[in-house]
Amino acid sequence: MTTKATSKPKAAPRKKKIAAAAATVSADPTFYLIEADDHHHPTGGATLLGFWIYLMSDALLFAAIFATFGVLGTSYAGGPTPREIFELPLVALNTAILLVSSITYGFGMLAMEQGKAKLTQTWLLITGLLGASFVGIELYEFGKLIAEGATPQTSGFLSAFFTLVGTHGLHVTFGIIWIVVMLVQVQKRGLIPENKRRLLCLSMFWHFLDVVWIGVFTFVYLLGMLR
Amino acid sequence: MSPNHATTERAAGTHGEMEGHGSKRSYLIGFGLSAILTAIPFWLVMANPLGNDGATAALVIVFAVVQILVHTVCFLHVNTQSEGGWTMVAYIFTGVILLITIAGSLWIMYHLNTNMMPGMMTEQVSQTP
Repeated sequence: MTTKATSKPKAAPRKKKIAAAAATVSADPTFYLIEADDHHHPTGGATLLGFWIYLMSDALLFAAIFATFGVLGTSYAGGPTPREIFELPLVALNTAILLVSSITYGFGMLAMEQGKAKLTQTWLLITGLLGASFVGIELYEFGKLIAEGATPQTSGFLSAFFTLVGTHGLHVTFGIIWIVVMLVQVQKRGLIPENKRRLLCLSMFWHFLDVVWIGVFTFVYLLGMLR
Repeated sequence: MSPNHATTERAAGTHGEMEGHGSKRSYLIGFGLSAILTAIPFWLVMANPLGNDGATAALVIVFAVVQILVHTVCFLHVNTQSEGGWTMVAYIFTGVILLITIAGSLWIMYHLNTNMMPGMMTEQVSQTP
């Protein structure tokens, strides 16, 4: 009895709506064309643009941290200078790893376009492993710095350094978690439109992190070695 | 760029989804350019063939800016067509804000540092009547 009571008022406005829609159709057929168009393209496009806006706001977060590093980058407070603690070969290796992971993700996207789920997963796995080795090398570098006494508490330069590089590393870590989630998703449901949309968002995220890394290795490491 | 775009459009049409991914060619071109644009600045700093820190720094920054643009076009596929141009508008807007934030902070803090120098302070005090 109660279900009937609740469903009845719902049905009534719907009927009214249909009647109103029918009236609109006779008056203005373009109304229905727009509705049909909306139906064909679900939230996919809006999601991608929205995710892009998120990435841009993330870029502003990094801009603030880069500015902080730029201001504090020469405040050594008697602590070590970049020249004394940075190891460029290690940074070059990390840069290469991240760049290669960018193109392996790109190949994953191409496999996705062709509808090859297994191949997509393989490329995703390779990308995730490359990302993990990137974070591993970064943690090794951090550990070494801290063992040498170059802790974030030592100077303004090191505080800003650990904040900037650490924030980027944290982003990569979350990217890896996302990759693992997508591996499971594709395994369970295949390349359904929702998964494709998610993979496209992750693609933008991953390539964006590589762009941020260009700023990091240029402004922190390379220019640091020149100071 | 036009043949690339044609393939993207066709791919988008097949699965009824949005565009936003490039072709194999664009990925490979992006990767090749990025590898070169990364290797040269590392070589410039590590081998120091110029012997001039200022010139090396300027060149390194130029290479970084070019590489960021290469990534944007080849990997992130930002162009005037994607999402009706809105990704590009957002990108340019962010770039402007980014420049203002970083350059503005450096500018202000540099002058603040200079003005807070002990010698500067006494000078200004003595100038006041």
